[in-house]
Amino acid sequence: MSKPLLTPGQTIGPFFGQALPYEGDNELVPPGRADAIRLHGDVLDGAGTPIPDALIEIWQADSAGDIPQVGGSIHRDGWTFTGFGRCSTDNAGHYSFSTVLPGATEEGKAPFFAVTFFARGLLDRLFTRIYLPDHEANASDALLASLPQNERATLIAESDAQGLRFDIHLQGERETVFLTHG
Amino acid sequence: MSVSTTPKSDRAEERAVPSSDAAATTQAEISAEIAEIGASAAQRGGAGPQPRIDYPPYRSSILRHPTKDPRHADPETIERWTPVFGQRDVHPLEADLTVGAHSGWNSQVSGEPLGERITVTGRVVDGDGRPVRNQLVEIWQANAAGRYVHKNEQHPAPLDPNFTGVGRCLTNDDGEYWFQTIKPGPYPWGNHRNAWRPAHIHFSLFGSQFTERLITQMYFPGDPLFALDPIYQAITDQRARDALLAVYDHDLTVPEYSMGYRWDIVLSGRDRTWMEPEEADQ
Repeated sequence: MSKPLLTPGQTIGPFFGQALPYEGDNELVPPGRADAIRLHGDVLDGAGTPIPDALIEIWQADSAGDIPQVGGSIHRDGWTFTGFGRCSTDNAGHYSFSTVLPGATEEGKAPFFAVTFFARGLLDRLFTRIYLPDHEANASDALLASLPQNERATLIAESDAQGLRFDIHLQGERETVFLTHG
Repeated sequence: MSVSTTPKSDRAEERAVPSSDAAATTQAEISAEIAEIGASAAQRGGAGPQPRIDYPPYRSSILRHPTKDPRHADPETIERWTPVFGQRDVHPLEADLTVGAHSGWNSQVSGEPLGERITVTGRVVDGDGRPVRNQLVEIWQANAAGRYVHKNEQHPAPLDPNFTGVGRCLTNDDGEYWFQTIKPGPYPWGNHRNAWRPAHIHFSLFGSQFTERLITQMYFPGDPLFALDPIYQAITDQRARDALLAVYDHDLTVPEYSMGYRWDIVLSGRDRTWMEPEEADQ
């Protein structure tokens, strides 16, 4: 028996703003909590112009490296860490999450945020990863090791005053490395 | 809800491509570009099931597609799991976009949306045909007149005070989703002069692992706009394009009340490869 045909992707379009964002979508933990960090950045097109109609989702382990398997991402109670967050870019093409640093899911593995990215003008989803700066396990990570230095740098966040900064470049010299898992 | 009904002069689709004069490009020119890319894809064979993300007939894609091929990465722990959504996240009434019609006390405030009532239902499975159970499905769509409730919408078609066009549900134990809504209208979108999108419903889907995450659009059978639409035609394989078409199902109609469409969804993920047509036909 043949496998069924995969359902193709299509662009998220310009009109998802009424449907996908929800209150608290980008706050995996309440901002200001002792262990909260900010994960934020700009999203830029091939001309370096900020993209104001993109959607970024992150999916991550908690700080101990445990993978949450609990509901409540859409109606957050402020106490339950669900591991999932969503943020649409603002008018300046900026996104911002309040979350915690992910821990290693397996001993010796480099922790990262798993990311899906959508935008008007982008015909299919994109996957990428956000690695933590200066994490000792980065050196032995298979994906990072497979990349030349300039591409590897596009997957590693930078530290800033509140936490982490990670810009997404769809094109250009600093084009973000995107992933396929097939 | 405060939504301006005044058409805006800045058209969202045109702003992103300052170098191209969208209003001067004709459908014939766009159609020729579509045909050329389609023919060259057919010549090479095995176009694959996904849209080409570098697809100039969709003008906004020009500066918004990565130029490098994606890097292969074996899914790691977190990517082999998926976010969980539950009853706390989704109220059962969110699956009915026509709610208000029969909701008792609320009926004075919120009446029935205009348009052709439809049920849209189907099954979400992974690449091995296993149902994706108890998982979140989100949809959004234009109203029957082809108008979205959105601040950047400029199509001067009427808003419907009884229709937001937004719904959510969780799949059941068999992977089935279900929505009650109205059939959306086509709308003009400014990619080129007199560009019209075929009627569609946007779907956002989660799978049984994060790598199956998908956002796509469901279309209605027989739409005369298919051949003209650069978003739909960005999928250059006809069989793959057909996978986005719902099927009219008379068994899903409610007698003397509503029409019905079925649309099944197959998510890709780890270890899933697309079958070439020759193989798949065996």
